Amino acid sequence: MDLTTLAFFFFAALTLGFGAVVVLSRNIMHAAFSLLFTFFGVAGLYVLLHADFLAITQIMIYIGGILVLIIFGVMLTTRITGVDVKSGRTGKLQLGLTAALSVALAAVLVKIFLSTLWHIAPAADVDATAELIGNALLTKYLIAFEAASILLLVAIVGAAFIARKK
Amino acid sequence: MESTNFIWDLMGKNLWSVVAVISLPLIFVLIYALVAILAELKVSAWIQERLGPMRTGPWGILQPIAEVIKLLQKEDITPTAASKILFNLAPYVIFTGAYAAFAVIPFSEAYAPANINVGLFYIFAVGSFSAIGIVMGGWASNNKYSLMGAMRSVSQVISYEIPAAVAVLAVVVLTSSMNMMEISRMQEGGFWNWYIFGGPGGWTKIFMIPFTLTLAIIYFIASLAETNRLPFDIPEGESELVAGFHTEYSGMKFAMFFFAEYANMFVVAAVVTTIFLGGWTSPFGSFLAGAGWGAFWFILKSMFVVFLQIWIRWTLPRFRVDQLMYIGWKVLLPISLVCFIAISFFSLLNLG
Repeated sequence: MDLTTLAFFFFAALTLGFGAVVVLSRNIMHAAFSLLFTFFGVAGLYVLLHADFLAITQIMIYIGGILVLIIFGVMLTTRITGVDVKSGRTGKLQLGLTAALSVALAAVLVKIFLSTLWHIAPAADVDATAELIGNALLTKYLIAFEAASILLLVAIVGAAFIARKK
Repeated sequence: MESTNFIWDLMGKNLWSVVAVISLPLIFVLIYALVAILAELKVSAWIQERLGPMRTGPWGILQPIAEVIKLLQKEDITPTAASKILFNLAPYVIFTGAYAAFAVIPFSEAYAPANINVGLFYIFAVGSFSAIGIVMGGWASNNKYSLMGAMRSVSQVISYEIPAAVAVLAVVVLTSSMNMMEISRMQEGGFWNWYIFGGPGGWTKIFMIPFTLTLAIIYFIASLAETNRLPFDIPEGESELVAGFHTEYSGMKFAMFFFAEYANMFVVAAVVTTIFLGGWTSPFGSFLAGAGWGAFWFILKSMFVVFLQIWIRWTLPRFRVDQLMYIGWKVLLPISLVCFIAISFFSLLNLG
């Protein structure tokens, strides 16, 4: 087994293991901090797919932005000093329904995975994904790019409006 | 692509060479941290007209070793009300963030652990591990001061990341590369070609010098805030918060925080060196240039920036929280944006 395969299994295990902690942990803070390792594992998987820019964006946005936001949200909205930040108990009915739905979804995904004819392209080193992505964003996908930036601007204006003093 | 890592050349790509590539910066960090601790003690002493440590070894140069032994011997306490796993994990997460950045630092033209094309972006990204680690430690300590220190630290890091990123982005506009090795290589040929002086180019680059100089200063100020150093050390302001996010830590885990802080200082110093001070290039053109001299110049320049950080720490008082936010958002950010636009304009005109 070469190092790349080893690294793949390491990152996959990291993602899945801590993903399970996120779902199963009763303590919201533990779940939030487990997301750190899940996101990191996903970033590692991106690197193994030769998507270096995407991997770093994943770390930058998910760990540096969204995770910090989640943790701040949890810390500020519950009793700040209390360790007992617990998620509520799930009712029997909800539990049964979600379990059924999850099993069905998993079955469909596995079925698709098994029935698809996978075309595995030979791994090619792409050296400059950042430039390719940048060029594509500012030429072919310019409208989508601008629409996303307008959406973000609207979000910022809205947040500032909500947060300002009356 | 020519080799930028002498270990690959010497040993080929196998498990042992990977271990060697990973551990070489770690050995460097260990030695550097000892030197930096001594420098901090001695520089602070000189600034305050004291002698500093004098008893351990000649002129006290063995003091950092004594400090490390002291920290190792201390009792390792985990508060009973703390969240045990997160409390014990936090110092290592912070150090991971600091150490991960070493992966892309070009120490010399023959040694950058990983020569990736998005190096600068990567350094900013892994910095967020340190922020998460600080929140983790601050929250898990179950202590008001720790938590407040952690919240202050993260809000500060997030705020100052923006002017720092804009400053770096301006240089990326000039170089059109985020590869730290290439940015270093572009500045070859004497100190006049460093990006703090507008980078390589004809005489027209003098229009850019005021902007690049300003950006270098802005990045340096923002980097002080990102490493939680004075005058931006409100996360651990002793007079308000005991010791901030590491109030509850002792012994080896406290040492890890310390270690991570010094490693972070070197990382930001290395970024300043690479993008503004020419990286491993010699200040005298081809005189004293080469792979070995490259490492010498790089470490010398970085240590000079670390020295500046220590100097500022012992010279300036601490900012208040509101002053800190004011400087970050209303002073540094607009100035850096103006400089960024000016530099983009100039590079469109192909001055430079």
